[in-house]
Amino acid sequence: MTAIVNIFLKEGVLDPQGKAIHHALDAMNFEGVEDVRMGKQIVLKLSSTNKEDAQKEVEKMAEEILANTVIEDYTIELV
Amino acid sequence: MKHIAILQFPGTNCDLDTKYAFEKLGCTTTIVWHKETQLPENIDLIVVPGGFSYGDYLRSGAIAKFSPIMQTVIEYANNGGKVLGICNGFQILTELGLLPGALKRNIGLHFISKFQTLKVVNNSNDFLQKCQKDEVLNIPIAHADGNYYIDEEAFNELEANEQILLRYSDEYGNPIVVNGSVTSIAGVCNKNKNIFGLMPHPERALENILGSEDGVKMLEGLIA
Repeated sequence: MTAIVNIFLKEGVLDPQGKAIHHALDAMNFEGVEDVRMGKQIVLKLSSTNKEDAQKEVEKMAEEILANTVIEDYTIELV
Repeated sequence: MKHIAILQFPGTNCDLDTKYAFEKLGCTTTIVWHKETQLPENIDLIVVPGGFSYGDYLRSGAIAKFSPIMQTVIEYANNGGKVLGICNGFQILTELGLLPGALKRNIGLHFISKFQTLKVVNNSNDFLQKCQKDEVLNIPIAHADGNYYIDEEAFNELEANEQILLRYSDEYGNPIVVNGSVTSIAGVCNKNKNIFGLMPHPERALENILGSEDGVKMLEGLIA
């Protein structure tokens, strides 16, 4: 099973990198971009075959190290 | 004579500057490799120095917090022992939850390396006891992730408990935006005032010939 963890700065926490990308897109004349958020994706290959167990384990990983929950939110997708 | 433990991770690069600084101020020092699980006996202070522990991978300070020595550091701090985190050390202490808040990428995205004036916000703590309140200090900064974030509730608590140590300021002490930090915060301490973290580098400001000696009175507070 593969776990895909997406990590983004929380809503309301200013994202300087997203802002810089937004500025660059504006400067390149791409129109209609209302907001840009930049995050990171961590892909984990798991030996587990039980989705529920895997979800719990990856949540623990996200809380303890993958994300800093003071400033970041995360989502977990299991495939 | 005070004895200082200075932690060293792969990627730490201010350990020798920190050693030089405290020895110049009359202390003895031991550099402690992160794989150790014991601290030297009878130490008076632990310094988590600056650098790029684990190459800043994942987030600055995120991986160093799981190094074997850190459990001992947490115990030492929770028993009231004094801990100072400088730059990457500050990032590690926030990642550990020993200090409130978090450090994000600088607002301008650039790595900033220069002398910076700072205003002393509170001196009711060991670290800044030898500085005057509202005094302006000149100390080098060198970081990419120094943009201090804390939510409003925690910020109010920080302010009420006099936990804000320093703010980036102009030469007159007016706060200025340097890296996007909430209210220009450059350093904080915990509620018990035994754990201190700051982005600027006092260990690099001990001699006027190198630009400033304002770091002396900061570090001296911790070994008084």
